[in-house]
Amino acid sequence: MTFARKKIAAFAAVAVAAALVLSGCADTGSGSGGSTEGEGGGSDNLSITFLPKNLGNPYFDTSSKGGKAAVEEFGGTFAEVGPAEATPDAQVSYINTATQQAVGALVVSANDPKAICDALNEARDAGVKVVTFDSDTNPECRDLFINQADSEGIAKVQVDLIADQIGGAGEVAILSASANATNQNAWIDLMKEYVASEYPDITIVETVYGDDDDQTSFDKTAALLQSHPNLKGIISPTTVGIAAAARYVSTSDFKGKVAITGLGTPNQMREYVEDGTVTAFALWNPADLGYLAAFAAKALIEGEITGAEGDTFTAGDLGEYTVGADGVVLLGDPFEFNADNIGEFDF
Amino acid sequence: MTTTTTTASTRAIRDYDRPLWRRIFINREFAIIALLVLVTIVAAVSIRGFAQPITANYLLLDVAPILLIALPMTLVMITGEIDLSVGSMVGLASVVTGVLTQSGAPFEVAALAALLVGVVGGAFNGFLVTVVGLPSLAVTIGTLALFRGLAVGLLGTTAVTDFPEAWTALAKAKIAGTTIPYIVIPFLILLALFIVLLHFTPFGRGVFAIGLSKDAARFSGVNVERTKFILFVLSGVVAAFAGIFYTLRFGSARGDNATGLELQVIAAVVLGGVSVFGGRGHLHGVVAAVLLIGVLGSSLRLAGVTSDVINIITGGLLIFSVVAASVLAWVQRIRAKAGPPLRVAASSAP
Repeated sequence: MTFARKKIAAFAAVAVAAALVLSGCADTGSGSGGSTEGEGGGSDNLSITFLPKNLGNPYFDTSSKGGKAAVEEFGGTFAEVGPAEATPDAQVSYINTATQQAVGALVVSANDPKAICDALNEARDAGVKVVTFDSDTNPECRDLFINQADSEGIAKVQVDLIADQIGGAGEVAILSASANATNQNAWIDLMKEYVASEYPDITIVETVYGDDDDQTSFDKTAALLQSHPNLKGIISPTTVGIAAAARYVSTSDFKGKVAITGLGTPNQMREYVEDGTVTAFALWNPADLGYLAAFAAKALIEGEITGAEGDTFTAGDLGEYTVGADGVVLLGDPFEFNADNIGEFDF
Repeated sequence: MTTTTTTASTRAIRDYDRPLWRRIFINREFAIIALLVLVTIVAAVSIRGFAQPITANYLLLDVAPILLIALPMTLVMITGEIDLSVGSMVGLASVVTGVLTQSGAPFEVAALAALLVGVVGGAFNGFLVTVVGLPSLAVTIGTLALFRGLAVGLLGTTAVTDFPEAWTALAKAKIAGTTIPYIVIPFLILLALFIVLLHFTPFGRGVFAIGLSKDAARFSGVNVERTKFILFVLSGVVAAFAGIFYTLRFGSARGDNATGLELQVIAAVVLGGVSVFGGRGHLHGVVAAVLLIGVLGSSLRLAGVTSDVINIITGGLLIFSVVAASVLAWVQRIRAKAGPPLRVAASSAP
């Protein structure tokens, strides 16, 4: 009996060990196959890793698609990694991994301007070029920031859109992403300034945070409409938020009475534009943003630019760009989507 | 203490009945340590970028909070209890450190206050479990929500990022000439303390006795309530210490810091061979399990495996190890029922 029991114990231990090692081997095998093929490219290490705020976010799926197209165009190796949750601590592990892999460049959308700084600087010390896009870190932690549009332009287009839709007067609320998202906060401050100076009859009554989570944003929309019965419009400067807000309003009594605008993607907003819940919204093209970021990373790796003000480089089909103050490259003006043009876009 | 119950005494006798090499090689802790060595070797050989000194630095920094909290958690779980509030305590300690630093207090004072919050939080758990007599699962699910609520309530959804450079640098600094971060020093000190406490003191024998049979432990003079209370306080204060480290490492105090950490800690403790029903476990198995999960995560990330797949693999690992242990116990029970008692069967065999 005791012998039999020991045999079972031994068998179980060996089985667990074998199964785990096999699963580990299988996965590492297939994975490393994907990431190692990059180094054969030549003397320049054109392996470029994209690290969005989180994976499974359609906005970043699109920007990564643009980045991948660019990397394939100039013959480098593209990889996309990222955490499931948009938190800075989760991003640090992936930055460390890129350092270990000695990739040519890391293209990051920062979940916190400061928390990932040390990890990024350690990567740079190890020779990795760091480009931020969409959401910046402190300037001393990266080589370049690819700005989707300047904050003034983004704030202005959203305020103009809502003012147009509510007739220039009434109560408006803001549904943002997380409360420490660098870009969102900058836009909100500018929106408030712009409203105060240009639209004295519009009042911004409250700012709520949906944490870029669909359900949270949906619930916050419902709460906003409950607590402000005179609300005439909601500005949501985040693609997750505006879609959730539109989804709530489209099936409620507020449809047609409360205007929804902000920053959205055409595919997410298409049905709400078609059913009349949303008249117009704005965004840049995230695919172009990823495309530009990848070309900027290439220019850094090849030493064509250093990130100094006045440096110029060519970004494939998008043409020539110049590095501005603080190592910022501007993609261009925001783009306005409405029922007339939404059919032309697919992202 | 283990001789106070029949099951324990048979187990003890059976254990010493086996040849030494069997006792060393055929047990769960050894399986985990062997697996850790194996996975590390496989990763070093097959994954580009793993076999370099900096890997040790990143890996240890990543698992440090789990390593720290797993120590008291092992003892708590050996008594048959659980502390689910540790992840939230990390967040709360982080926020307390942040808020006090922001309001002008020296960092050292803020950190001490955070440790005190850990003591109070742990004592609160301990009070509800031992004095009020509630099950720890229910109590700590409650405090999991409570501590997290306090953390988010205190700081809102903002973050405090201004900490003294000297401290944030120290949290990540490498011991001179190596890539080992300084955090291993307090960890090793705590590990030594917990090993002594668990394996070389009457208190530790009491911990095992409570897990095997609370009543038997009480009859043999173990102060069950006091032991559990002390363990919950230790759990709280170590979680708070991990929270301070976490804050410094990322230079960021946030209410949502370390969300879900309790699950990683408990997974590692269970994987390391601590019985979820109490009474069994070793710290070295738990430490190996934490490192195993860390090495798996780090190497899979290097190999370009996405985080959800990594979660599936580590989760599968845990479930498989628990299922294997249960199947083993079940087979034992069936065999015990089918034949005469183990000792008799063994000795009367021709």
